[in-house]
Amino acid sequence: MSFAEYISERWPDIVVLTTEHAQVVLTAIAIASVVGVAAGIAVAGRPRAGALVLGVTGTMLTIPSFALFGLLIPLLGLGSGPTVTALVLYAVFPILRNTVTGLESVPRAVEDAARGLGLGRWERVRRVRLPLAWPVVLAGVRTATLMCVGIAAIAAAVSGPGLGELIFGGLARIGGANALNDALAGTLGVALLALALDLLFVVVGRLTTSRGIA
Amino acid sequence: MIRLDRVSKHYPGQQAPAISELSLDIAAGEIVVLLGPSGCGKTTTLRLINRLIEPSSGRVLLDGEDVTQADPDQLRRRIGYVIQQVGLFPHLTVADNIGLVPRTLGWDKKRIRERVDTLLDLIGLDPAAFRRRYPRELSGGQQQRVGVARALAADPPVMLMDEPFGAIDPITRERLQDEFLDLQAKIRKTIVLVTHDVTEAVKLGDRIALFGEQARTAQYDTPAAILAAPADDFVASFIGSGAAIRGLRLVPVGTLPLDPVDVVTEDPARDDPAREDMAREDPAGAGAEDAGGAPRAVLVGADGRPRRWLRPPARPDAGTDPAAALVREAPSPCGSTVRFVSSG
Repeated sequence: MSFAEYISERWPDIVVLTTEHAQVVLTAIAIASVVGVAAGIAVAGRPRAGALVLGVTGTMLTIPSFALFGLLIPLLGLGSGPTVTALVLYAVFPILRNTVTGLESVPRAVEDAARGLGLGRWERVRRVRLPLAWPVVLAGVRTATLMCVGIAAIAAAVSGPGLGELIFGGLARIGGANALNDALAGTLGVALLALALDLLFVVVGRLTTSRGIA
Repeated sequence: MIRLDRVSKHYPGQQAPAISELSLDIAAGEIVVLLGPSGCGKTTTLRLINRLIEPSSGRVLLDGEDVTQADPDQLRRRIGYVIQQVGLFPHLTVADNIGLVPRTLGWDKKRIRERVDTLLDLIGLDPAAFRRRYPRELSGGQQQRVGVARALAADPPVMLMDEPFGAIDPITRERLQDEFLDLQAKIRKTIVLVTHDVTEAVKLGDRIALFGEQARTAQYDTPAAILAAPADDFVASFIGSGAAIRGLRLVPVGTLPLDPVDVVTEDPARDDPAREDMAREDPAGAGAEDAGGAPRAVLVGADGRPRRWLRPPARPDAGTDPAAALVREAPSPCGSTVRFVSSG
């Protein structure tokens, strides 16, 4: 069966797997964004706390994903649970780092003016600092997303959902019927999904960034 | 309106206090300029008033109320704040910048919009053209004006301004200062303004507090009084040798007494007409006309324009005449110089 024939036959399955893949990544990114941005707000302007939190979350990135998925099995079993957890652990660092960078790069004069006008700490974050840091925060989320699209493919090792199933399945049966087509479809699917999500972030960035700082 | 009562500020790890026992009374509706060299604590003093810096000891009274215990954010909403770098919020339009404080105060949209338009009118920017612009689309002078409008948004009775015109080119600065004075004539806020520029202080201040080290008040008086009678050597050196000229800014030309002066026409045929002309005049006779002062005449060129003052070289006391000192400092004489002759 040629690759084209394979695609036309397995199309519905591939779409389902791709959707699952996207779902698991976006779920993880949503959680990681909340955690990363909140932690970033908490530690911005506090060098020691910042170094500690960035150190810890940065260390997560050094753990090989295959190993991390394996380590999570005793705790969370198989399936979506360990997949999302592992992805969150990887995604927090870029989002947190960019949030801290973004918040700390708000010009002093702007911060001073905001304080002088009587905006409270939370109001300054909400109305001034976060909107100004937004493009940088979003860049962090984008980096994390692309990274997670790739890592999520490995999640098939813990029976996680997504395109990894095709890749792992195909590679395990290499030489067998459609083995190469499976692996190829999975790999291409991951790449196309990454591209699509990247474009999505460009659009979201355009729509949500103030014209005054774009 | 504002009273600082023996306020001190110590920073940990520093021996000398940044501000030592400063007391200052600022009356409602006046512009008080805090003037002094760099590092004298004038900006710190300003920031103590709205508690961007907390005093180590002493009290700050606003309208009779001790605000050192008040909620700082509530306090700051009653005090407008303008800084040199303006600090407009780059992600917000002009209207949103000005409307931010009213919005946090919970004003409804219509009221905010009306207030924004009123303020834009007040600072001389057409609301229709500027409302929706972003700060980066404004010139430095326009940004500074929007900064002032933003500070005025919630109609605070007090305004604090930290070198508001410091980063503006000299020509625009002059214009903004003039506009600022016009604006103040309309809104009558109590304004505390920090500057290190003596000319600006003299021009804008109803009173000037001249600070030495640690915000010790060297002199606190009207610009005219400080220029005419510096309290000590420090004040005299800070306001500098141009004090008399600066003083002229405070006096409308029309109110100066106008005295007759002798006019000597330059004769291009002679080498040094001045000396010879004056030598031929009788010094005593000229002196009699100018009661107590030095006799003088204006040397006029063949084209009828004044060239310089003439005085007889033999009068040693001529140099003590304040008007004479004035004229010596003046740039190249022009037609109007003649009018500054006072009877001493």
